[in-house]
Amino acid sequence: MDLFASLGLGFSVALDPINILYCFIGVLLGTLVGVLPGIGPTATIAMLLPITFSLNPETALIMLAGIYYGAQYGGSTTAILINLPGESSAAVTAIDGYQMARKGRAGPALAAAALGSFFAGSVATFLLAAFAPPLARAALNFGAPEYFSLIVLGLLVSIALAHGSIIKALGMIVLGLLLGMVGQDIYTGTPRFTFGLRELFGGLNFVAVAVGVFGVAEILRNLENEHEREVGVKAVKNLWLTRDDLKRIIMPVLRGTGIGSLLGVLPGGGHILSAFASYSAEKRLSKHPEEFGKGAIEGVAGPESANNAAAQTSFIPLMTLGIPAHPVMALMIGAFILQGITPGPNVINEQPALFWGIIASMWIGNLLLVVLNLPLVGLWVKMLSIPYRVLFPAIVLFACIGTFSINQNIYDIYAIAFFGIVGYLLIRFGCEPAPLLLGFVLGPLLEEHLRRAMIISRGDPSIFVTRPISATLLVLALAAVLVAVLPSIRKKRAEVFVEED
Amino acid sequence: MALKASRNDLASGAIFIAFGAYFALEALRYDFGTPFRMGPGFMPVVLGGILIALGIAVAAKGLGKPDEEAAPPWPLRGIVLVLGTILFFAATIRGLGFIPVVLIAAFATALSSSRNTWLSALIISAGLCVLCLLIFVVGLGMIVPLIGPWLRF
Repeated sequence: MDLFASLGLGFSVALDPINILYCFIGVLLGTLVGVLPGIGPTATIAMLLPITFSLNPETALIMLAGIYYGAQYGGSTTAILINLPGESSAAVTAIDGYQMARKGRAGPALAAAALGSFFAGSVATFLLAAFAPPLARAALNFGAPEYFSLIVLGLLVSIALAHGSIIKALGMIVLGLLLGMVGQDIYTGTPRFTFGLRELFGGLNFVAVAVGVFGVAEILRNLENEHEREVGVKAVKNLWLTRDDLKRIIMPVLRGTGIGSLLGVLPGGGHILSAFASYSAEKRLSKHPEEFGKGAIEGVAGPESANNAAAQTSFIPLMTLGIPAHPVMALMIGAFILQGITPGPNVINEQPALFWGIIASMWIGNLLLVVLNLPLVGLWVKMLSIPYRVLFPAIVLFACIGTFSINQNIYDIYAIAFFGIVGYLLIRFGCEPAPLLLGFVLGPLLEEHLRRAMIISRGDPSIFVTRPISATLLVLALAAVLVAVLPSIRKKRAEVFVEED
Repeated sequence: MALKASRNDLASGAIFIAFGAYFALEALRYDFGTPFRMGPGFMPVVLGGILIALGIAVAAKGLGKPDEEAAPPWPLRGIVLVLGTILFFAATIRGLGFIPVVLIAAFATALSSSRNTWLSALIISAGLCVLCLLIFVVGLGMIVPLIGPWLRF
């Protein structure tokens, strides 16, 4: 099937009225959580996973994908209007966007962000459509050793790009891997770490872990210091860009799209990194670098394009290899599994309607987002005045009811409380929760492929370095860790990752 | 006496060591196997050992380097009420049923913010109860008794 026939199939799925409706709900919710600081897309998708259980696989994944890229849009609105990034990758947008808003140019800033995002999202989706099939074909030749090395690469790169202490990030990954081992052993059926509870034989519930570590822990974190937000800009007027503005943003948008598409494929926070990379590129290339930090429209258009491009291309490793690039993608894996589909190179052949439907829906979603964000910006400004004290009881309840509704298993809810407090303590003591979730999702896969590879090689570990693809992947993994430890890069990382969700 | 070490590093190191030790010790009871045919205990024992080592490394790195910032206050009221609510939900959802549990749980969670008064917490809990009923029971067809067996006479 050639690309256009495939996309035709995709659009026939995506244009189904029900799917359009859920795509709209997805981007709407995404924008909402992107706008509201304090809840990020990770917690939201974790809470909504149970709800999607009753939908078709296509519909469910279209909606969840919409939440993710919708949040990238919404985050910029808050960044521009109140200098507070609603989503971590919008931290850069706040630098120049808020300055533009203070000069009364909030409208053009929002318009530049939205148009740049739309362009970047559309182009990156096309790249996803073009590159995913060949990559998936290549991945079909992967055996157990290659998968093992690939997972190791994914885990280690996520540390290199995450912020904070590297040893702590490693510890969180290993802890995640161990938690992933709770339940019956895949080869022998021996129950492990189950305290004799039948309910734990199937393993810890993914949603419960995610909701606990990201949702409940975040709430406890926010209750440490309660403060109200202030909205500086009450009304936004004049959304149109002048001819001069348009001329100034064309190149930054193009460059941002390129940078974002490339970096988005990398595991571990590619969208945050790409926004920063684009900003520094624009500043270096600009004829007026002194304007940056004081309201340069290039500083809004470039990074916003970059983070949206990255949001789309980060689906590439998920849809072709079944390897999540960051926690939100880990949740998407959970969504696939809930629907009875194993994500990986086979999805494109076994479920073409699902695969191409999700891709096609991204164009529709991006279009919906422009409509949602520009004319309705006043609504989002109003949203900012919902106090947190009303929001968080809703989050706690949705988490409990949603998790309970998946399996009617009360131990899943006890697990939320357990992971809420453990997650809170670890975050409080300076550990990032994202690597833990990645480890948890990849743990069973890692063990399965390791054991299979060792059986293939009759117990000889050199199989991982004698097979070329596997060896290359392991060298890349080693390089990622070395790069992360180098002092000059460490300093840059400290600057880059000042804000995280 | 001021502690001459990073509290954060010591604490996170201790958590890692505790988890690593639990998983490694528990896994020793399972079949370890050989590298050729790994048993169910192989990965947990190895990973548990690695986690203990990482925990020691984290704690050791924090020695002699006190945290620069003062620790934020413990949200004790939040911890007790939020976690208590979740446990309460798990323990009573089958017995009390959806409506009473959601009402009580929302009320208690809302109170964990010092900014909510008794009245605003009541309003929030009533509103949330209606919202959750509409979304989960009406919208998604969740099967759960609205009023549980404990409250039926």
